[in-house]
Amino acid sequence: MRFSFEVLVSLKPGLSDPQGKAVASALPALGWTNVSGVRVGKHIALEVEASDEAAARAQVEEMAARLLSNPVIEEYRILEAEEA
Amino acid sequence: MTDGVPRIGVITFPGSLDDRDAQRAATFMGAEAVPLWHADHDLRGVDAVVLPGGFSYGDYLRCGAIARFAAVMDEVRAFAERGGPVLGICNGFQILCESGLLHGALIRNRSLRFVCRDVFLRVETSLSVVTSELTAGETVEIPVKHGEGQFVARQDELRQIDDEGLVVFRYSSADGVTDDTHDPNGSIEHIAGIRNARGNVVGLMPHPEHAVDPDVGPTGGQPLFASLLAAAMAGAGA
Repeated sequence: MRFSFEVLVSLKPGLSDPQGKAVASALPALGWTNVSGVRVGKHIALEVEASDEAAARAQVEEMAARLLSNPVIEEYRILEAEEA
Repeated sequence: MTDGVPRIGVITFPGSLDDRDAQRAATFMGAEAVPLWHADHDLRGVDAVVLPGGFSYGDYLRCGAIARFAAVMDEVRAFAERGGPVLGICNGFQILCESGLLHGALIRNRSLRFVCRDVFLRVETSLSVVTSELTAGETVEIPVKHGEGQFVARQDELRQIDDEGLVVFRYSSADGVTDDTHDPNGSIEHIAGIRNARGNVVGLMPHPEHAVDPDVGPTGGQPLFASLLAAAMAGAGA
């Protein structure tokens, strides 16, 4: 079976996020002055061939920890799987 | 080593840019430059290894994240564990951090701009394979050219870096003053380069390989390469 996943990777809270800051400072210029807490991250979509959802998810966990994110600076979240 | 001439290996990854300059600098300083290939499980018996600057694998995902899994990196890790001298410059520094051979990580410059200019670095320790010929407190002038050179680290790593004296270089003025105006990328504690506990693995964002030939700019890279050659001669990686 094939399962599709979405992995969200973001800089850890507390780490400076230059991209987020740039976006945050551009928004008021367009009139949105009530926005704060802007953080920019990555969205990675992928499909995994596996016997069941648990196996697929375990593999995505490992991939997210080893390659898709850098544990020194980033954290990740895996969104609900769907059968692709 | 052949006839007292140390052999400095320079790894080329897909997307490396400064491999030729690093080879040229090694030769200029009196070493034999040995080209190494990312896909080979082979360091060709070199006495020191340089991971050069550039954009390995397009810097896709994160700088250095994919290069870290290249075949040659298994050999680099083993070489480093034997005490062999390893120098990562710019993208090479990013690869060493991603590999876990050095603490911390490099993220987008605080300014979000690519920075290309000559900077001064204050030497923080002579206990490393690129600073043995220098004295703590001295400054050297070397160019930087990067978009993602802001050094960051977890709190526990930063504490270890400070406690164990792992900072090798900080961005500074010509006379060694460190502050925001002399820091091109907003690095934490103005850190430009660090080492491992043993001092045989060093990474830095500035480019010593572009600063050895007086015909083309500052020569602050010379003592770094002279130190690396001396470490290579000592043959710790054999």
